[in-house]
Amino acid sequence: MQAFLHQLLSGLANGSIYASVALALVMIFKATHHVNFAQGELAMFSTYVAYTLIHAGVPYWGAFVITLVFSFAIGVAIERLLLRRLRHASALTVVIVFIGLLVIFNGLAGPLFGFTIKEFPTPFAPNASYGSTYLSPHEVGMIGVTLIVLAIVFAFFRFTRLGLAMRASAENPQSSRLVGIRVGWMLALGWGLASVLGAIAGMMAAPSVFLEPNMMVGIVLYGFAAALLGGIDNPWGAPIGGFIVGVLENLAGAYVVGSHLKLALALAVIVAVVVFKPSGLFGRTVVVRV
Amino acid sequence: MTALLELTGVDADYGATAVLRGVSLEVDDGGMVALLGANGAGKTTTLRAICNMGVRVRGAIRFAGRRIEGLATEDVVRLGIGHVPEGRGTFLSLTVEENLRLGAMLRRDRGIAGDVTRVCGYFPVLRDRLEQQAGTLSGGEQQMLAIARALMSRPRLLLLDEPSFGLAPVLVQEIFRILRVINREEKMTMLLVEQNARLALDLVGQVFLLETGRVVASGPPQQIAADETVRRAYLGQ
Amino acid sequence: MTMVSATADIASAPARRISGRRLWLAALLVFAVVVPLVSSGYHVFQLTQIVMYAIAILGLNLLTGYSGQISLGNGSFYALGAYTAAILMTNAKLPYWATPPIAGAVCFVAGLAFGRSVTRLEGLYLALATYALGVATPQILKLDVLERWTGGNQGVVLSKPTSPFPSLLNDDQWLYFFCLGAAVILFIVAWNIVRGRTGRALIALRNHPIAAGTMGIPVAAYKSATFGLSAMYTGVAGALGALIAGFVGPDSFQIILSIGFLVGGVVGGIASIFGVLFGAAFIELVPDLTKQVSEMSPSLRWLAELQYPAYGVLLIATMLLMPGGMAGLVRSVELRIARHLHHPPRT
Repeated sequence: MQAFLHQLLSGLANGSIYASVALALVMIFKATHHVNFAQGELAMFSTYVAYTLIHAGVPYWGAFVITLVFSFAIGVAIERLLLRRLRHASALTVVIVFIGLLVIFNGLAGPLFGFTIKEFPTPFAPNASYGSTYLSPHEVGMIGVTLIVLAIVFAFFRFTRLGLAMRASAENPQSSRLVGIRVGWMLALGWGLASVLGAIAGMMAAPSVFLEPNMMVGIVLYGFAAALLGGIDNPWGAPIGGFIVGVLENLAGAYVVGSHLKLALALAVIVAVVVFKPSGLFGRTVVVRV
Repeated sequence: MTALLELTGVDADYGATAVLRGVSLEVDDGGMVALLGANGAGKTTTLRAICNMGVRVRGAIRFAGRRIEGLATEDVVRLGIGHVPEGRGTFLSLTVEENLRLGAMLRRDRGIAGDVTRVCGYFPVLRDRLEQQAGTLSGGEQQMLAIARALMSRPRLLLLDEPSFGLAPVLVQEIFRILRVINREEKMTMLLVEQNARLALDLVGQVFLLETGRVVASGPPQQIAADETVRRAYLGQ
Repeated sequence: MTMVSATADIASAPARRISGRRLWLAALLVFAVVVPLVSSGYHVFQLTQIVMYAIAILGLNLLTGYSGQISLGNGSFYALGAYTAAILMTNAKLPYWATPPIAGAVCFVAGLAFGRSVTRLEGLYLALATYALGVATPQILKLDVLERWTGGNQGVVLSKPTSPFPSLLNDDQWLYFFCLGAAVILFIVAWNIVRGRTGRALIALRNHPIAAGTMGIPVAAYKSATFGLSAMYTGVAGALGALIAGFVGPDSFQIILSIGFLVGGVVGGIASIFGVLFGAAFIELVPDLTKQVSEMSPSLRWLAELQYPAYGVLLIATMLLMPGGMAGLVRSVELRIARHLHHPPRT
């Protein structure tokens, strides 16, 4: 029983990372109807930036905040400088552009920061008091940070003017313009925010998976699975999907499939959702207008 | 009285298809004007041209004396134009109150809550539905919500695209009555696009008749209604 | 999903354009036959790769360009074809020339089955599902239960095909012509499919899937058949690729391979058979381009590190400047020339 509980809680900890990635994906999907295939590489790149800052002597939380600002700026820049030109492009063109971004960021990490696998520090000391037999302090920290971030994001969208404007822009850009909202900037903001979520996921994951250019590939796949499971257009579903997928990964890995088939498991989840219930657990059923 | 809105020789197209040819019309400050015509005459295109919504425009569009062609939609709106679009453009997944708050998005003052009360005064049915999801409202209620939302920004000019569309005549009468009240009490200028000529003629002080992208007649409603050809073509007489 | 303009419909190409095309085709064939006879081993290798990639990209184009289904997982069919060839040669001791057709058949069945299960998916869902397939492929290939055939992590080494006419063609050149022959056959087949009723049905499917269904086109059947066809082409390319490399191993089939096929297709022009060649050349030569430029001078050495970022930048630039790919660009140039000569452009 103890082992099961441990796997369950550990799965929640991993799930918190998938929750952040899934939320980032859903945010961009809701606003643009595109899937950001470059999400993982942006997150990885931001994590490298944090690493560089920390190794230059900046204390952890300082580096954390600076990295968030940096990734926000990159997200905004990508939207304003690049994506805005592709507003009327075909879905295929946009997929290729995202892939281009993926390749750029993945390709820059090695030359800029080195290809060797690096250790990334955790601010949650290994012998801290809030650890237990079930969860290491870092895992507690992961869940804690994710829950705090989720709460902030949801409060932002629900209670602030800007959040309302962003929600409106995602739902109905034309009507949003008619009330004076600068929809383009709302999209840029959304990208910045999604970038920040990705960076947080990267910095939380790095202590366990170690920092190397391909560290986010598997994580992002699970993020996709989580986003689809929760409902690709439902921001509430994304974190729930993330936690479910995290627990699933751990339980299946421990009892059924073995850890070397993790990617295949993510594939199975994606195919299962997409074939049996494309709208996920909480998404709106997709209605195709004739 | 000076013209608040003035279109001079406006051509408009959606790329390959030319829709408006040399349209000229004025809306006086404080006035109520109807733009009438059959389906496809270019009425909606005219409103979209004013707000630069996916239409290519040549010619001059002046608002309070200032040229506004080419301005981004959100910038046109910021000048004080409210637009109740075709299809209402309700934010379906947001609540009624959120829809109204969005209407006031451009305002920084503290009067917003007060204005919610004010517009609910015009459309009492909204008051009971503030927390409801806007998508669950009936067609008529959504139309009222769309107008209320446009009012929240306290515009100088209100553009309405077929507010009677799909609504029972009784409801349309009610909405038109409220529009008349708003025009009188707030001195709000209005340009109304309508297919339902008969009800519109009772509401406004000036009519422009559009036919395949050209203004073919203009004048006070009594004059337009008295015109034989107009009556036969548009009023089914 | 909006695609390249209506001029992409090769099925309706007017006669005058075709004679221009015939000229290009002849020139291409001459080039294809002569150049390898006078080139070094490495260049012959590159040309062989290009021909092989062209087959794979053609497969993807049939899927995406003609039936509008975006796949980011064709690398898995490529891997299936490659491993089929390897297993047939090592375990069943079949000669190398028998492997591409069998690999094609195996992949056709696999593609049909996969296509059947994903028929209802549109756009992004299909892209995500196939992306997952592509990412998971190396892991699946390393499965213990399959190790007997796949050789696990180490993979399988293949003996290189030898030339039956050693005095005329060396081994590299022979392999090149073998692949070229396969490519020509497959191109002709694709051309016929696209220009016939099937092609028109597929285009209808791509542009107006719902309307196509109401017109009596059995949508699901066509979609899974196209998947099967696409997988078949990719599988043949995989088998040929295995012969060219002389080796198959799980890490040769990472997601970048699937990405490469899509890139090649879009850069070449997704609804064009000729764009395929440009796309294949792009994915074979461009990743290496920065490296080669960097070797030109010591001051450019730092460029070697930046192959992938440069590749990404080039991708994005291509999408911004020529979203219809090379084929789209050529077509718009053709139209402009035609207008300039006062011939009414055919659209």
